[in-house]
Amino acid sequence: MAGSVRVGVLALQGAFREHILSLEALGVEAVAVRLPDQLEGCAGLIIPGGESTAIGKLMTSYGFYEALCTAHDQGMAIWGTCAGAILLARRVLDALPDQRTLELMDIAVRRNAYGRQVDSFEAELTVGGVAGAPFPGVFIRAPWIEETGPSVEVLATHGGRTVAAREGRLLATTFHPELTGDPRIHGFFVDTVVGS
Amino acid sequence: MSENPGTTGTQRVKTGLAEMLKGGVIMDVVTAEQAKIAEDAGAVAVMSLERVPADIRAAGGVARMADPTIVEAIVASVSIPVMAKCRIGHFVEAQILQSLGVDYIDESEVLTPADEEHHVDKWAFSVPFVCGCRNLGEALRRIGEGAAMVRTKGEPGTGNVVEAVRHIRAVSDEIARLRGLRSEELFAAAKDLQAPYDLVRWVADNGRLPVVNFSAGGIATPADAALMMQLGCDGVFVGSGIFKSGDPAKRARAIVEATTHYEDADIIARVSRDLGEAMVGINISDIPAGERMQERGW
Repeated sequence: MAGSVRVGVLALQGAFREHILSLEALGVEAVAVRLPDQLEGCAGLIIPGGESTAIGKLMTSYGFYEALCTAHDQGMAIWGTCAGAILLARRVLDALPDQRTLELMDIAVRRNAYGRQVDSFEAELTVGGVAGAPFPGVFIRAPWIEETGPSVEVLATHGGRTVAAREGRLLATTFHPELTGDPRIHGFFVDTVVGS
Repeated sequence: MSENPGTTGTQRVKTGLAEMLKGGVIMDVVTAEQAKIAEDAGAVAVMSLERVPADIRAAGGVARMADPTIVEAIVASVSIPVMAKCRIGHFVEAQILQSLGVDYIDESEVLTPADEEHHVDKWAFSVPFVCGCRNLGEALRRIGEGAAMVRTKGEPGTGNVVEAVRHIRAVSDEIARLRGLRSEELFAAAKDLQAPYDLVRWVADNGRLPVVNFSAGGIATPADAALMMQLGCDGVFVGSGIFKSGDPAKRARAIVEATTHYEDADIIARVSRDLGEAMVGINISDIPAGERMQERGW
């Protein structure tokens, strides 16, 4: 699968190690990205789960907002999981007053939409583009995608809310495929989203 | 809305939240204002307390769970996860913290233990727990009791990193030793470690702890945080080190950056400049044996 593609994983904070291991299990070259010049040569980038406020502040300090928008303009695909999905969104509902996002994807995301940690849950999902058995969805203090623009394709819903969506070279999931050992969504990102 | 509603309180969502905190800094706070400063500085979570360890040490007496009013005010003030401490073995304090909506409970030796033999049965809760350890056996006993995250203990409230270093090295050395054992030797190793065999076997097979491990206790500078990361911790707790220093907001930001860029000495050097006064440290040998918090927990 995936040939000789190189995919970066933003490694400022959060579950980046699990994404790197998931990519490597598919035979994809994965690199931890802590500074913008490490984006060089990456056909795709994963923004992992973590705390969106903490990752966002570190992105500001090191010039990642400009670097990621430029790289995406030049063809780099980006997948955001959970906090990463928040950072991709054009609009964040219940955001902190100064919370900044990349504003790349035409979605509105609600932070901590399900409540606190005791409301975190697992549920099986049917995900468009992912064949076979239901996908194990792990939702941890998760957001949901409350609004999607006309060019956004909804890939999965749970409880009537959008939890996975794609817009061209952008993919957003509000759950955590990297915690499951199930490689299918990583495969979909590398083969279909990066390859598009 | 009639599809499967999902299952809450699973071990995967408990350990999963700790996975999301990795590479981050969790800061002790005693007021909502401090919690906002921590969030603005890039903390991944805050630990709500009535007093930071340095003040608990100074005050003496029995240290207990914080007043629910303080915990609720901090929960309401920030959007990042909020942790809170209960006494070792005090499962009713834990029940109260779960009902207040905290995201993680720290069954902590910083408070005065309520039970000198038993820790809380953490499987009985849907909120996850983090517990302290000084060695691999202690870590695996806590995980066996249901802890979803551990932290290698330093000596809290001292600003002295030496005990944190001792204990992460102890855990790493014991993991390395298990890796070299034959399968039949693991039974005796489990007996020696006083830890559940299945967890000992898992560590021997995987070469790491089965849950996220942060460092806690004695971290006062960006260099301390990066040291603990280079020694193999997944993230750091900073207690008294931030709000007992001269410029808490600046020091907090610096420790956050040093934790992310822990292998980049140029960045650590830059963020270490002009941070104002660090907290006054205490030498461990100056603390009477009976007052060392790290020795609580069994």
